[in-house]
Amino acid sequence: MLKEGELRIPSGCAISGIIDRKGRRFSGEEIIRSISLMHERSNGLGGGFAAYGIYPQYKDFYAFHIFYENLNIKMQTEDFIAKYFDIENAGSIPTKHVPSITNKPLIWRYFVSPRIHMLKGSFISDAEFTSRCVIKINKDYSGAYVFSSGKNMGTFKGVGYPEAIGEFFMLDTYKAYMWTAHGRFPTNTPGWWGGAHPFTILDWSVVHNGEISSYDTNKRFVEMYGYKCTLQTDTEVITYLFDMLARKFSIPMEKVIKIIAAPFWSEIEKENEELQFELKSMRTVYASALINGPFSIILGYEKGMIALNDRIKLRSLVAATKDDRTYVASEESAIRIICSNPDKIWFPGGGDPVIALLEEGQK
Amino acid sequence: MKKVYAFETKCLGCGLCEVYCRTAHSKFKDVVKAHNRDNVISAIVIENIFRQSKPISYFVLQCRHCLSPRCVKACISGAMHKDEQGIVHNDKKRCVGCLSCVSVCPFGAIKKSRDCKTISKCDLCVGYGEPLCVKNCPNDAIKLLDENEVEVALK
Amino acid sequence: MSLSFDIPVFEVVRNEKRCIQCQVCVRQCFNSVHSYDEDDNVVCTDDIKCVNCHRCVTLCPTRALIIKKYPLEFRENTNWTSNAIKEIYKQSQTGGVLLSSMGNPKAFPIYWDKILLNASQVTNPSIDPLREPMETKIMIGRKPEKLDFDVKGKLLTEMPPQVELSTPIMFSAMSYGSISRNAHESLARAATELGICYNTGEGGLNRDFYKYGKNTIVQVASGRFGVHKEYLSAGIAIEIKIGQGAKPGIGGHLPGKKVGEDVSATRMIPVGSDAISPAPHHDIYSIEDLRQLIFSLKETTSYKKPVFVKIAAVHNAAAIASGIVRAGADAIVVDGFRGGTGAAPTRVRDNVGIPIELALAAIDQRLVEEGIRNQASLIVAGSIRNSSDIVKAVALGADAVYVGSAAVIALGCHMCHTCSTGKCNWGIATQEPELVKRLNPDIMYKRLVNLVSAWNHEIQEMLGGMGINAIESLRGNRLMLRGIDLNEKELKVLGIKYAGE
Repeated sequence: MLKEGELRIPSGCAISGIIDRKGRRFSGEEIIRSISLMHERSNGLGGGFAAYGIYPQYKDFYAFHIFYENLNIKMQTEDFIAKYFDIENAGSIPTKHVPSITNKPLIWRYFVSPRIHMLKGSFISDAEFTSRCVIKINKDYSGAYVFSSGKNMGTFKGVGYPEAIGEFFMLDTYKAYMWTAHGRFPTNTPGWWGGAHPFTILDWSVVHNGEISSYDTNKRFVEMYGYKCTLQTDTEVITYLFDMLARKFSIPMEKVIKIIAAPFWSEIEKENEELQFELKSMRTVYASALINGPFSIILGYEKGMIALNDRIKLRSLVAATKDDRTYVASEESAIRIICSNPDKIWFPGGGDPVIALLEEGQK
Repeated sequence: MKKVYAFETKCLGCGLCEVYCRTAHSKFKDVVKAHNRDNVISAIVIENIFRQSKPISYFVLQCRHCLSPRCVKACISGAMHKDEQGIVHNDKKRCVGCLSCVSVCPFGAIKKSRDCKTISKCDLCVGYGEPLCVKNCPNDAIKLLDENEVEVALK
Repeated sequence: MSLSFDIPVFEVVRNEKRCIQCQVCVRQCFNSVHSYDEDDNVVCTDDIKCVNCHRCVTLCPTRALIIKKYPLEFRENTNWTSNAIKEIYKQSQTGGVLLSSMGNPKAFPIYWDKILLNASQVTNPSIDPLREPMETKIMIGRKPEKLDFDVKGKLLTEMPPQVELSTPIMFSAMSYGSISRNAHESLARAATELGICYNTGEGGLNRDFYKYGKNTIVQVASGRFGVHKEYLSAGIAIEIKIGQGAKPGIGGHLPGKKVGEDVSATRMIPVGSDAISPAPHHDIYSIEDLRQLIFSLKETTSYKKPVFVKIAAVHNAAAIASGIVRAGADAIVVDGFRGGTGAAPTRVRDNVGIPIELALAAIDQRLVEEGIRNQASLIVAGSIRNSSDIVKAVALGADAVYVGSAAVIALGCHMCHTCSTGKCNWGIATQEPELVKRLNPDIMYKRLVNLVSAWNHEIQEMLGGMGINAIESLRGNRLMLRGIDLNEKELKVLGIKYAGE
């Protein structure tokens, strides 16, 4: 069977996310309970988590999590990393034996910083440099796959039900101020570890439920700006879209949302002239960044979490708040099991984002 | 009241109005039979306007259903009459074929029939819903309009 | 010499039992095929004059007429077909270049018919356009590299001018001269009602039609007929025509007999003079020259009008298109080899240029690879026959399409391929007042509106089926396409997979 990257693989899913807006850190135990409640929404072919704030001692270093198929490719990849980065620390990611998790690859972690002299004269930021290197490894080093590359955050994923993956990576031992999780129901995959979700680039992580019908349009658009969609999954292209619009093009996040889940023309016409012109311009210039078809996504980045539905809400998404925490999940029960009495619980409308950011100074 | 108006600028002179007028006034309601087995003549007539022996324009002639019709006054048998809607009819049962109406019509819109025993004129195809000349004109050159509509159409 | 090898192409079959000698056919045939014999009270025909335009058949009130292929056969020969023989007869008699009208009729592959569309099943819901919004509006024009906002989130970037289309369909360039005033009026009124655009073609714009300017694209071609500042500003966009799919590399020729007073005033040439468009623009011998013309036109119109550049689909179209984007055009128009025309040398029409499907795929791919696809819009033309052709074109990467032949067919064209004679019995490709009259704009503009509205409904249905509710999400979405009956090379050029893959 062809794996992710060799053909396009759409998939349905369960998603869940929790953030403490004050930045207080908590273990992965709750997110595992939440996602495991939605066991029926995944089929054992992929589960994963993104955790923010887990590496405070290495917060200035990019944390690369890498899957290797064999030692040979590990050596080649490490030569590349060593050439372009200073490696502060490296080692295999600790895991625990879980009977249902089989065929595990080599799983390594590196804390790195870009080598300044490599940057000189290239006129790009260290983030852009790092992102290009990650894309290069994933594109050119067959058998190696960087599945996490942000600062003070990390992705943990693999083939199996999400609760098994959580146990395998011992996520109850990590503490994060924000967790997102994903249980995968792909319709067509041999089960490759790199193909599981969340998908990340730098500190952007996306968990996603849906099958976007604009995939190829979005893909060719991001690929014009240096990205390479190696996995051919929806999550990958969505992540690149956010990274490109928000980081590369410095578009404010609330505008990015209006590009990705653009308001209908008929809605735009109701706005005042100035806003109308702005929304019209955004839809005109970034027409190919509109994500079409059903999706519910949770986007994580250093500032917090944004949950978003497609503009006609073809996928379920529930949000709730309790004290300093915001919860989002595919199903209400997945929130209630870890927060039985929320202050507020609601169903965000199509295209209406749930924005839960760290409060000022909490980062 | 609505009357049939023809617009020269649109008229192609194709003659289909005549074909359907004959059919409408034939006892056969089939185009082929009406022409091959009946000898009614058309109440609507297209006159060609020639320049250097080439028709350059067409003039469509049909009853104007005048307010005080001379044909009704001139009729010796009471066959010509104006109904309550203002449509001028010829009652074939009473008509004696004296052709007085033909001679007094200022527009020449009344024609004698082939056998000269009666006449042929437009009755707005009462009973058809819409005059067949209007319905079958391929270029919308013939229209059934009232006085106001015709003013708008001429503008 | 009276010997002629001409034989009729069509046979007019009259059912004598149904003929009522009403002579509608006699009056309607401008080619004088039908005539009335008073002595015998019969309508006679002269088959050799018949071009099979169906005017008589359509208007015959008793359905007494059928036009058939003339049954005279040559001895069977797959190489020397009757057409090949007849063309030699004609050229040996006249010594002239063969002329033809409309697009390439030869049996080259029609790729639209070898491409299949996708639909959603289970994993992704299809969307019902009767119940959910379904957007087909698009913007044609140059797009800035990116939008910049100030710290307060206010948009700083100045937007280049855009043409807004309610659906990605426009009426192709057909000049006043090649088609009639009434045909032009029908196109202009339909475009206005539909919220789309029509194109003046290279014959200038009659002042009576300036009022449709918001829905008019004014063309500048090599003959520069009727081009002046007011004309350039009269439309919503300007199109520089380099070439045309039906006759790449060839200029145009409007015979003097079609240049009456009105055409003469519009084109700014003397009455009765031939209007000859040179093969190239004599101020464009290179891509730098094109850039100069683009910017001269922009200067003239104070940078308020997008400038399109139209080329014929030729072998090197992808590289040329890239050059055009870099030369500053707001949109590229590519016209495939099946594109129609009023008159073209037959050999050129049938043998020069490439199919629009392949040109489109290659150009879009090239522009994406160069990272400049988002800068300019891509419009394709050259025999878009129906709404599924449009959906496939958009999925291959087009922003919008131009329809020419389909539009004139809606106006009554019966594809008799004799536009160049100027005797169009339907009042489309003619300047004879007698014939022009036959096309009543009040009737015909509605047929165009109906056609485009019907297509738009169908586009919406197909989009909804694919789970897409805005046409921009289909643009370049080649995963929605699969090929059938195509070889590896064709699939590669089209950038699509084989059905079942």
